[in-house]
Amino acid sequence: MKRSLSAAAVVVLAGLLTGCGGGPRAGNGVGPSSTSGGASLTVFAAASLRATFTELGHEFEAAHPGTKVTFSFGGSSDLVAQLQNGAPADVFASADEANMTKATTAGLTTGAPQIFATNVLEIAVPKGNPAGIHSFQDLAKSGTRLVVCAQQVPCGAAAQKAAQVAGVALKPVSEEQSVTDVLGKVISGDADAGLVYVTDAKGAGGKVDGVNFSESSAAVNRYPIAALKGVKDSALAQEFVDFVRGSQGRKVLGDAGFGAP
Amino acid sequence: MPASARRSPRGYTGIPRWVYVPAAVGLLFVVVPFVGILARVDWAHFVPLITSESSLAALRLSLETALASTAACLLIGVPMALVLARGPVRGRRWLRGLVLLPLVLPPVVGGLALLYTFGRVGFVGRWLEVAGLQIAFTTMAVVMAQAFVSLPFLVVSLEGGLRTAGGRYEAVAATLGAAPSHVFRRVTLPLVLPGLVSGLVLSFARSLGEFGATLTFAGSLQGVTRTLPLEVYLQREVDPDAAVALALVLVVLAGAVVGIVYGRRAAGTAER
Repeated sequence: MKRSLSAAAVVVLAGLLTGCGGGPRAGNGVGPSSTSGGASLTVFAAASLRATFTELGHEFEAAHPGTKVTFSFGGSSDLVAQLQNGAPADVFASADEANMTKATTAGLTTGAPQIFATNVLEIAVPKGNPAGIHSFQDLAKSGTRLVVCAQQVPCGAAAQKAAQVAGVALKPVSEEQSVTDVLGKVISGDADAGLVYVTDAKGAGGKVDGVNFSESSAAVNRYPIAALKGVKDSALAQEFVDFVRGSQGRKVLGDAGFGAP
Repeated sequence: MPASARRSPRGYTGIPRWVYVPAAVGLLFVVVPFVGILARVDWAHFVPLITSESSLAALRLSLETALASTAACLLIGVPMALVLARGPVRGRRWLRGLVLLPLVLPPVVGGLALLYTFGRVGFVGRWLEVAGLQIAFTTMAVVMAQAFVSLPFLVVSLEGGLRTAGGRYEAVAATLGAAPSHVFRRVTLPLVLPGLVSGLVLSFARSLGEFGATLTFAGSLQGVTRTLPLEVYLQREVDPDAAVALALVLVVLAGAVVGIVYGRRAAGTAER
C-alpha cells in the first residue's frame, strides 16, 4: 500500500516536472483548450454580466447545437491582465471602456470593440430603508454609514463624478474593492447606503431597495464587447458578439436593468 | 550555522537519492515566484512608490494592527494553550479542533462569520450598537479579523511546546511550595519561551498578511481599515507598479519574520 502510494507520488511529480519545463514559453500563445467534438467558445466577461451572460450563453447554445459556451466572470481589470498574460479566450466583454482600451492597445482584439449596454449608479439601501435615504444629498447626512467603491475601480470613479455634479462631499465609512463588496455590506445591514449599479441592486433579488437619483446620468458606464485574436473559430466568436448586440441580447440585458447603448 | 553543518557527520542519511529531484522542484516552485516579483519591480520609482501617502498609511496601519492583534493573541492564546495542554478538560480533541478552525477556514468565511456576529445586525453587534459601540468599519474590526485568523498559530505552537516540556519541573516546584502562578512565571514560561516566541512571530506574520477577513468584516478606508494587503489589491487596479513595490515590502517583512523565528530555532538546535 505504502509502496503504491509513493509510486503514485513519483508519477505526479514527474508530471509536475515536465509541466515546469514547458511553463515559461507557453505564456504568450493560446493554450490547448480544444475539446473533442463540437465547437467551444470561451467568453471573458465582467462580473456584473454574470446573470445576463449565463442566460445568453444558454440561448446561444440552443441556437447553435453542439456549441459549448464557457464563461469566466471577474473584475474587468483582472480579466484584461489574464488576457495579456496569455489566457485563452474568444470574446471579451468589459464593464468599462478603459479596460477594453487596454485590450485593444495590447493588440488582443479583432476589429473595433462595440458598446452593447450601459449602466448607471443607484443608491442601494437595506430593506425598508432604515436610515431614510431618499436623495443623493441624504448620503452626506451626518451619521449615515455610506459605503462606496474606491476611486481606483470604475464604480468608484462614477460615484466620484456623480458627487461632483451633485456638489455633495461624500464621507464614506469604507471604500470597497468592488461593487459586490459594497452590495454585501448593504445587504448585511452594516451600511445605511451604498452606491452600486442599477443592475446590481436589481440583481440582489429584493434583498436591498434601490433609490434612483438624477445625478446618476452624469456618470453612465458603457460596456464594450469584442472578439479576440488567435481563436480557432473567429466566425463563432463574432457570432456571439452579434448575438449579444442583437434583439435577444437586448431583451435579456434590458430586463436586467441595463440601458441601451 | 554553516560551520556547525560542516562539522556534523555526513554518514548514512536514509534518504533515497531520487528524493532530491522532487525536493529541488518543490524548492524552485516556492522560490521562483519571488524572483518573478523581483524582476517586475520598477526600481527607478521604488522609493517614491512605497513612500506615497497611501502606501505609508497602509504600512503604518498594518504594523500597528498586527502588533495589537499579536498582543491580543498573547493575552488570550497563552491561557488557551495552557488549558488545552494541561487542563483537566473533557473532549480535548474537539476543543483543539475548534480552536484550529480559523486556521483551515478560508479567511473570507471567517470575515463573514465575524460580520454576522459583530456587525450592526449581528447577534452580538446588535447589543454593542445599542451600547453605542460600533465595530464594523473601524480599526478595531481589523484587529479582530487578524486576531481571529492568527490565534491558532500561537495556541498550536505553544501547546506543542507545553506538551513536549511535560510537567515534571512544575511538579517539583510545587512540592517545594511554589504557588501555581509563581510556578507558571518562573518555571513554565522560561521552559516554553522558544515555542511562545515562534508562536507570537507567526501570529504577527499571519496578521500582517490578513486580507480576506479584513476586507469582508472591516471594509477598506485609507488610514482606518486599509492595510497593506488591501492596498496592494487595490493599487493593482490602476497602478501595477505600486502594487508590485508594496508586495515586495510585504515579502521582505514576511521574510524577516520567518528569518527571526527559524534563525533563532536553528541557533538553538546548534547549541544543543
